[in-house]
Amino acid sequence: MQIHKYDTVIVGAGGAGMRAAIEATKRSRTAVLTKLYPTRSHTGAAQGGMAAALANVEEDNWEWHTFDTIKGGDYLVDQDAAEILAKEAIDAVLDLEKMGLPFNRTPEGRIDQRRFGGHTRNHGEAAVRRSCYAADRTGHMILQTLYQNCVKEGVEFFNEFYVLDLLLAEVDGVKRTAGVVAYELATGEIHVFQAKAVIFASGGNGKFYKVTSNAHTLTGDGQAAAWRRGLPLEDMEFFQFHPTGIWRMGILLTEGARGEGGILRNKDGERFMERYAPVMKDLASRDVVSRAIYTEIREGRGCGPEGDHVYLDLTHLPPEQLDAKLPDITEFARTYLGIEPYTDPVPIQPTAHYAMGGIPTNVQGEVLTDNTTVVPGLYAAGEVACVSVHGANRLGTNSLLDINVFGRRSGIAAAEYAATHDFVELPENPDSLVVELVERMRDANGGERVTDIRKALQETMDANAMVFRTEQTLKQAVSDIAALKVRYKSISVQDKGKRYNTDLLEAVELGNLLDLAEVLAVSALARKESRGGHYREDYPTRDDVNFMRHTMAYREVGEDGEESIRLDYKPVVQTRYQPMERKY
Amino acid sequence: MSTTTVESKHSAALDAAETGDAHLITVTLRVRRFNPEVSDQVVWVDYEMQMDPKERVLDALHKIKWELDGTLTFRRSCAHGICGSDAMRINGRNRLACKTLLKDINPEKPITVEPIKGLTVLKDLVVDMEPFFQAFRDVMPFLVTKGNEPTRERLQSAEDRARFDDTTKCILCAACTSSCPVFWNDGQYFGPAAIVNAHRFIFDSRDEAGEQRLEILNDRDGVWRCRTTFNCTDACPRGIEVTKAIQEVKRALLTRRF
Repeated sequence: MQIHKYDTVIVGAGGAGMRAAIEATKRSRTAVLTKLYPTRSHTGAAQGGMAAALANVEEDNWEWHTFDTIKGGDYLVDQDAAEILAKEAIDAVLDLEKMGLPFNRTPEGRIDQRRFGGHTRNHGEAAVRRSCYAADRTGHMILQTLYQNCVKEGVEFFNEFYVLDLLLAEVDGVKRTAGVVAYELATGEIHVFQAKAVIFASGGNGKFYKVTSNAHTLTGDGQAAAWRRGLPLEDMEFFQFHPTGIWRMGILLTEGARGEGGILRNKDGERFMERYAPVMKDLASRDVVSRAIYTEIREGRGCGPEGDHVYLDLTHLPPEQLDAKLPDITEFARTYLGIEPYTDPVPIQPTAHYAMGGIPTNVQGEVLTDNTTVVPGLYAAGEVACVSVHGANRLGTNSLLDINVFGRRSGIAAAEYAATHDFVELPENPDSLVVELVERMRDANGGERVTDIRKALQETMDANAMVFRTEQTLKQAVSDIAALKVRYKSISVQDKGKRYNTDLLEAVELGNLLDLAEVLAVSALARKESRGGHYREDYPTRDDVNFMRHTMAYREVGEDGEESIRLDYKPVVQTRYQPMERKY
Repeated sequence: MSTTTVESKHSAALDAAETGDAHLITVTLRVRRFNPEVSDQVVWVDYEMQMDPKERVLDALHKIKWELDGTLTFRRSCAHGICGSDAMRINGRNRLACKTLLKDINPEKPITVEPIKGLTVLKDLVVDMEPFFQAFRDVMPFLVTKGNEPTRERLQSAEDRARFDDTTKCILCAACTSSCPVFWNDGQYFGPAAIVNAHRFIFDSRDEAGEQRLEILNDRDGVWRCRTTFNCTDACPRGIEVTKAIQEVKRALLTRRF
């Protein structure tokens, strides 16, 4: 075991982690631990843009953006946080431009902007051009630009260091942050990082679904580490399904394709979104469009021999426009489907995309251990966190925004905390949980394979906890997951070595996914209403009387060692917007 | 409310894409295995499996790892050609395993899979990326500006933005650098990827450190080592005209105009 000491430790090197690192490194001795190389993070897969009311191409302001974010989140958004997000968006985009990000430009040389789902002028009148973009690789450009600036600032990275545990220590009756424990992939060695402040920026957990836009590595490692240490998870039942994933593969095709004029069509060639969202049509919010697509498929208007998908039609757009604005996604259609999007419509289906829920934080990024108490020295930002700026459904382009605004805020807050506080003493045997976990996995000789359990988990999640849910399907998911957790106890891995043992880590990741899937299903079962990305066919309307509140899930361990999930609720922060019926 | 409907056009390619599970074919992956924890010998191992020809080489590698041999080790993440984790030599050519479909590389013969060349192999398909990233860091891969910052964005014309568009696509996968014969023979050479990333800033109208970067690349391990074999351009999974970018940097060094 090696012990390292840093003021600030950041877990994860995607957009949120690197944005935090740029701030924290200027102010404190900082280390970034990442299980991948920084430029491999899934921020790089984001395509369409980053929202900010720059008003470069038409009238816009941050108040309209705030309203759209709150309405998009079906009024489960904390309104003070949404206001910060929309206000600070403008500087967040300008900061990236100054760091070198090559945004597309208007004829006047300003940052160009395009339309995106749910972003409107004057509280829903019509679509507004608010998304700042770099072709259809905005996330790639953000990730590259932030990494470039980390190089410039001399940020210290520990690449392929996999954080498996969070160290908390009780000081005078208060749970405080002591550090993290990491497993070095290259050597199998365990490292303890003692830190005054820790920021989780480790991304999402979409890999418990089968059809997903998420990378193989998005396994909720940060959420699960916090969960194991008794911290709550907020609003985990809200998971976004992006309307346009490549059929069966789930590879993302940006909403920017519809922002540029692309149209969704059913097997009759009908532009069916006109029936579901008369004003915004194809640019309604993602939950609305995904439900519409599945309704078309269920009612027999899906495309293909099995009627199990619809089309994203770009054929009416000039090839020059596709080449200039959407080069990557048209290339995906050619590579993975063998079709030419100039002339053929692209088969698509909704794909599991984004966790609105996560580790609860306040607007400084400080992690909450209940509805109001912060854990001193612990922060979270990006998809791993729940501020909550996305509520029940995130608007497109608001996640690249979220990682920049709250990555920056948490980086500053953590470094300032580190500057004014001492190290907390490490607990005795700080690596014990990780040593036990790794050795148990390596030595296990049960009959179960990781791949079988993961596949079964993904199948039950796709079948029972996706766009349409009922009490029956969710109960099925809960019982399936419970059975899989039992089977998981008798898995074995084939690779018994120390060097680059990815076999072992996939087994650990599966454990994280099982824990988080269970939280999702249990939280969803208890939410007897439909709101944003959570749609209950048995409770098809929003119920503001009983459910205008965030779910807070807690892991409980009984005296007999039995684990269970306890649900509690947290009020939504409302400032100036009263809930209204949501129409697009 | 009017509802617009169009006749759906169906090409043969679309029909093929929409066909459900295609017939499975037998595929053999011949993988170069090396694990110094076990043995200092390299072995080639054949894995035979049933695959849909529309699947990726990465899917075949996963099938081996998940069903046949859990010790097979490779890097991967996004699985659709944007994170740059899984560059490897497939049938002797550098490609991303996640962007290479089995049907596109003649699955009737064994498909050879080996690590990219010129970087130390650590285990199976995993190489030491550190020298590659060090070369990247050495070219000052970040925007450098002087004077006061504007309150709003810096202006840049669409034409000036287009000047370096191609080289902004780089995902640092190392397919180009590890396909370069000069790099194989001399690991000190910066390599194509580092030059591509220098190009991205040298030709950015907002940047003011072009001269410094050119001096770095004027070094004996710099651009002049390039022998214009075009391996890098062929290898780039993002379609960047790598050799052209290197030539533009050479020209800028001669003319000091960029």
